[in-house]
Amino acid sequence: MLLMAVLTAALLILPAFADTYILSVAILILYFAYLGQAWNVMMGFCGQLSLGHSLYVGVGAYVSAALFVHFGIQPWLGVWAAVLACMAAGAAIGVLAFRFGIGGVYFALLTIAFAEFTRIGFDHLRWVGGSGGFFLHVAQREFNDVLALRGSPAMFYYVMLVATVAAFVFCAWLLHTRIGYYWQAIREDPEAAQALGINTFRYKMLAIVISSGMSAFGGVFFAFYYNNLFPEQIFSMSRSIEIILGPIIGGIGTLFGPILGAAVLTVLAEGITELMAAFGWEIPGVKQVFYGACLLAVIVFVPRGIWPALARCLGLESRGKGPRDG
Amino acid sequence: MADTLLSVRAISKSFHGLRAIAGASFEVEEGHIVALIGPNGAGKTTCFNMIAGVFVPDEGEIRFAGGRIDGMRADQVCVAGIGRTFQLVKPFAGLSVMDNVIVGALRRNKHVDVARRKAQTILDQLGLTQKSDQPASALTLPDRKRLEVARALATEPRLLLLDEVMAGLRPTETDQMVAIFRNLNREQGLTILLIEHVMRAVMALSKEIHVLHHGELIASGSPDEIVRHPAVLECYLGEETV
Repeated sequence: MLLMAVLTAALLILPAFADTYILSVAILILYFAYLGQAWNVMMGFCGQLSLGHSLYVGVGAYVSAALFVHFGIQPWLGVWAAVLACMAAGAAIGVLAFRFGIGGVYFALLTIAFAEFTRIGFDHLRWVGGSGGFFLHVAQREFNDVLALRGSPAMFYYVMLVATVAAFVFCAWLLHTRIGYYWQAIREDPEAAQALGINTFRYKMLAIVISSGMSAFGGVFFAFYYNNLFPEQIFSMSRSIEIILGPIIGGIGTLFGPILGAAVLTVLAEGITELMAAFGWEIPGVKQVFYGACLLAVIVFVPRGIWPALARCLGLESRGKGPRDG
Repeated sequence: MADTLLSVRAISKSFHGLRAIAGASFEVEEGHIVALIGPNGAGKTTCFNMIAGVFVPDEGEIRFAGGRIDGMRADQVCVAGIGRTFQLVKPFAGLSVMDNVIVGALRRNKHVDVARRKAQTILDQLGLTQKSDQPASALTLPDRKRLEVARALATEPRLLLLDEVMAGLRPTETDQMVAIFRNLNREQGLTILLIEHVMRAVMALSKEIHVLHHGELIASGSPDEIVRHPAVLECYLGEETV
């Protein structure tokens, strides 16, 4: 409890003490924690492996950015369009896959395929810059404008902090409703779940629509934080992998796993980059190799992820009261 | 009493040309306990799977409480009021015993708290209360069988399909299970259709027995009639049972 209070306080006052670099790392952690949480709804709760979540991030980013640049629609409005667009995309993939009983590895391949051809599509979409990139004009502002997502890094930090906390609370709530129980039943054994009267198609659809809708906000944030979008980057397979590494390393299906995983990975990856820079080395791809090493270590030592192991050490282990708490 | 709850009419099913069930017909009266017996490969589980909505019969029809259920999905059959267990138990391994039963209880109760109370009474009935916080993966086989039953009961079925829930139990455990089903049948009027090899349980429970052999129904009748039926003795029970 005390630990939580200290942590909360630290998170709240961080921007006052941190320099720009630390703050950017913190934002990155929150960004991946948020997206990891969104992905976790599908895989961790409902057992549907998506390897193409960059699709929703990208679509969310492009929709909100295009509305802003072309029509001057502010992101606080654009975000709803982005969420709807991503939910529609998720629903389309879901109907195709779940209606025809595509599951497991084949479902994962389908999600990759959709992300890939969306990337290729955006490469040729002149309206949003094509492969040359799409840019949002950056204007110096005297004050922070949260609704327009224009302002200092500290403002972006707080926006992402609120989103991450909201996603956490939302997921925790979901897990303790009928929906959460049904998702976990489907994850554990779809046939037994169906025999207990669960319409597995409907609940899998619900998982993909909620997950894609949540991811859309990540995309909107990305667009207005970085102010530039390239299909090659935002839709790339490696982005999808980066999203899912956090929850896998932190603990799939847990609520704290995505947050912990994102923090560990981002801090260590940044640390390594810094270390390399300090020695004056520049080796491309070192981050990816490092991610691989982290994944190996987790699979070998804590196959269920860091959080379940850590929770056991701290004596926080859920005593089976709820579905896999925390 | 004596209204027909389930009626199976001339159902057939083939897999790659192999006829698993050939024109079997039987009925289950409301409030009865009925057994489906027969040698391995006789088509008992196939028959169950057609009732439960896993397979669609090639021919024939299945009616439950007056309405046709053949062709329905498994979840629709459950909603209609048929609960089932699996011969090869399928616990939600990563969830606690309690949560397993809650999933079943959520069928008729939207709220998790209400479902939890319902699940608690069922766990009490089946003697699983002590283990309710354990993960289902930690249970022994007899307990897993009990969990299968608990989960199916939690959906509040009118008809319960039991697929070899006694297999692997010790005689005392079998007797406990028999007592549980008798109670459910007597006190709640639960109708039960069971597939079973453990004759001790079949004889103690059922009011009526149907015998399947090579996908065909070769005999139907009361337990006393069945144990004296020449065809049944020849293909399944053997002489010593009499």
